[in-house]
Amino acid sequence: MPSWNVNDQKIPQGRLSLFSYLSAFFVVLLLVGFWKLQVMQSEHFSDLAEKNGIRSIAIIAPRGAMLDREGRVLVDSYPSFSILLLRDNPKLLEKNLPQIEDGLGIDKQDLDQQLDAAKTAPKFLPIIIKPAASQSDIAFVESHRADLPVLDLMMVQRRRYPHDEMLANTIGYVGEVSVQDMEKNPDRYKPGDIVGKAGLEKEYNDEIVGTDGMRRVVVNSVGKVMRTLDNVEAIPGKPIQLTIDEDLQQIAESDFVNKEGALVAMDARTGEVLAMVSRPTFNPNDFAVRIPPQEWAALNTDANTPLINRAIQAQLAPGSVFKVVMATAMLESKAIPPTYTAYCNGSAVFYGRVFHCDHAHGEVDLHKGIVASCDVFFYHVGQLLGIDKISYYASGLGLGQRTGIDLPSEQTGMVPSEEWSERVNHHKWYPGSTISVAIGQGAVTATPIQLARMIAAVANGGTLIPPHLMKDAMGLKSASFPLSDDTVQQVTDGMWGVVNEPDGTTSGAVKLQNVDFSGKTGTAQTESFELQNKLGKHLKENGWFVGYAPRRNPEIVVAALVQSGGWGSTSAAPIVRDVVKAFYDKKNGHFTPPTSTADNIPPSSAVHPVGVSAGAQQQ
Amino acid sequence: MKDRPRVHDFDWPLLAIAGTIAAIGLVEIYSSTHASAMAGMQWKQLMWIGIGIAGMFLISRIDYHSLLDQAPALYLVGCVGLLVVLLLGFSRLGAKRWISLGGIMNLQVSEIMKLIIIIVLARFFAEVRTDRLTLMDLLKIGILTLIPVGLILKQPDLGTAMVLVPVAVVGALCAGIQWKHAAVGLVIVALLVPLGWNMRKHLKPYQQQRIQTFLHPEEDQRGAGYQILQSEIAVGSGGFWGKGFGKGSQNQLGFVPVRYSDFILAALAEEQGFIGVCVVLLLYLGLILRLVDNAQKAKDRAGMYVVMGVTAILGFHVLVNSAMVIGYMPVTGIPLPLMSYGGSATAFVFLALGLVMNVRMRRFVN
Repeated sequence: MPSWNVNDQKIPQGRLSLFSYLSAFFVVLLLVGFWKLQVMQSEHFSDLAEKNGIRSIAIIAPRGAMLDREGRVLVDSYPSFSILLLRDNPKLLEKNLPQIEDGLGIDKQDLDQQLDAAKTAPKFLPIIIKPAASQSDIAFVESHRADLPVLDLMMVQRRRYPHDEMLANTIGYVGEVSVQDMEKNPDRYKPGDIVGKAGLEKEYNDEIVGTDGMRRVVVNSVGKVMRTLDNVEAIPGKPIQLTIDEDLQQIAESDFVNKEGALVAMDARTGEVLAMVSRPTFNPNDFAVRIPPQEWAALNTDANTPLINRAIQAQLAPGSVFKVVMATAMLESKAIPPTYTAYCNGSAVFYGRVFHCDHAHGEVDLHKGIVASCDVFFYHVGQLLGIDKISYYASGLGLGQRTGIDLPSEQTGMVPSEEWSERVNHHKWYPGSTISVAIGQGAVTATPIQLARMIAAVANGGTLIPPHLMKDAMGLKSASFPLSDDTVQQVTDGMWGVVNEPDGTTSGAVKLQNVDFSGKTGTAQTESFELQNKLGKHLKENGWFVGYAPRRNPEIVVAALVQSGGWGSTSAAPIVRDVVKAFYDKKNGHFTPPTSTADNIPPSSAVHPVGVSAGAQQQ
Repeated sequence: MKDRPRVHDFDWPLLAIAGTIAAIGLVEIYSSTHASAMAGMQWKQLMWIGIGIAGMFLISRIDYHSLLDQAPALYLVGCVGLLVVLLLGFSRLGAKRWISLGGIMNLQVSEIMKLIIIIVLARFFAEVRTDRLTLMDLLKIGILTLIPVGLILKQPDLGTAMVLVPVAVVGALCAGIQWKHAAVGLVIVALLVPLGWNMRKHLKPYQQQRIQTFLHPEEDQRGAGYQILQSEIAVGSGGFWGKGFGKGSQNQLGFVPVRYSDFILAALAEEQGFIGVCVVLLLYLGLILRLVDNAQKAKDRAGMYVVMGVTAILGFHVLVNSAMVIGYMPVTGIPLPLMSYGGSATAFVFLALGLVMNVRMRRFVN
């Protein structure tokens, strides 16, 4: 028997029993550990398990289309794919970022900036890192589902502007909801939501925005969709019909090629805006996908302010168009007899300063004053009226205040008065300043839409129509500033003469057959004589024309501004004539529409990936 | 007194407990994999259980005294085997643990080493024949244990390497370690663990990553901590009653890592709840207590050491694996005996139980 096999030792029963107790102790310890997780923290872990396996996918509702007054599409939406970045696992995200930047060709700084911006949003909400995914982007996401689980695809609705720049400043553009908007409306918006940022897109955002749907799906550990739990369909946004007439709009737009300025055409009876142009402009399609920061900066810092809608935001000297206000004030206030005349020899001296006129008009009465746009006549009228009477009638005719058009950021323009001078400039109004105001220079400024409404009001006896772009707008109210028939007759006769009489400022160049076309030119200096002398050169004036037809109780009124266009009669008046002519051609049924400017954007299927599994979203 | 061991003297209750645990394991393997590409794994596992049970009967036939006689030779063969694995073994999951056997099965040599170390240390303790181990004895035990531990670590397989240590520790406790030695040992361990932990933090990230890969080569790309978290979510979300068979989302959607093997207890905890965990852990406790009972009834100390070696390994497996599933231990790749899917691991358990039967059958034999 080997030495080790001598059975002379007792089994150490005690130590073995100790081992049994120790085992029981450890099992109890383990059970306590399981109890903690399974009973005490059960809810917490159930939540985590649910988040793990259940993913909520937003079904984006398309924004409502915008149609012109005849139902033609000006703006619509089409589906495309966006790439989402899931942020609920920061460590994993950090690790995957370099590969994502590489694979999708996204700038690191740009991505970091986006992640920074979304910091305050809940972690489980993904952010959109590539709004318009190309075929190869989609393929990249699909092929890296296992090793880049932080990426996902989402079908989105993208805004489409088939006419590109046409009506762009009025329509506005869309963009991702800002952090501020989200904070104001936390229930409504989530990061990446598309909202109207300017123009009608902003004004009617609540009407055209749809209600996003939500699908909850079960995904496995590599992000593959296993089945759908429930599905709340998206409710598409309602389309809105605008008062815009695409035909008139196109004619106006084509007249503004390579020009700077604005145009507003309105139905003079209702205030329906038929056309609205602002130049320079931009292409809202650039905003439909997230606009690169550099491009955005360029648009915003461009000295030509392409994002401004000049039809409602350009506050400029109205020039001689303001003489219509002066004539109305002269007749209505009865401070000056209607037969008043002044002698014009090309200039006149007021308060020791020489004020010029472009011609020596000789003996001028009110009619000739309007028709030939004699400055000297209105200098005298201005001096006789005084600034406060001018101010009263200018304000009564809607200047110096917003027209209330359904667009954001409308400007008020400026009507000076003695009270204003003391309040703002802290000195008494200089009577000499009244002389400049009398011909629409100096402190007085107006927007194109204000001038259109003013002229329409004078021609219709004092009804200030409410300009609007929504076809079936409710609760519109006209303001009233009643004018006597005599006044209306005399002033409108003058404006008819501008277009139709041989010595009118338009020299008969914009006459229309069978249309009682009238209007008023304006040629506004953009700088003072002092500045001109300083620069040693002459900047070109802003050309204005506000035309309407027929002569009284007009049906259409069109205001056009051509900046640095020189004489209003040659720069702005022909544009107005073209629009008014088109209006009557359409009315009389012999209008030939210009060829449509709508792009042939490829059908949305071209940007659809084929066989995308996240395309469960297509159902 | 009988003169011949008989199958009749088998510990049938012990086998029943083991069989029950294995059956629960089969069901959970089925639940975890039936809806995946790995469907049907339970049949392979069942085959290994069969092989294990056959092996158990075989090993119980050879008198453990004869096995202990061959301890030095077995030790040598085992260590050479581990060396061969290191030199020739093919890489699988980044670790060289397997040697090809007839091209059909893969045998994990380190699993056999577990059996060998039980026999070798039982022989050593039986030879000491004292209730007071000297420092020299402890040193010898240390060397005997650490040679195979080092070889297995080199594969690298920290889990299996660690499993060998409790055999020595439990053996020393039963043999009668002196309190001062035990105290010094504890102090050394208590000092080394935090020291090693702190050292880790001074390493560069890529070095930490290497250690992580070393500790757990199967680690997926989602980073450390992810597996443990997913396991905890599975366990926690199971609640008291569980989500029901085949209804655990963590399990069915594949969020629980290797849910059919190392993390099978997490899968079970999710679907069968705290109740299910209680049943399983109490079955394991029953198994351990029954094993200790066998040790207490052994005919001689040699038999006792054999049984306690088996008990030490199985207990250590259950403790470390369960603690890992609830996040109390790092992921080291130690499976849950009898339940986790795995051929050689399952076969080992039955062979180890065969050694226990071996001792039990001979308790009345002269």
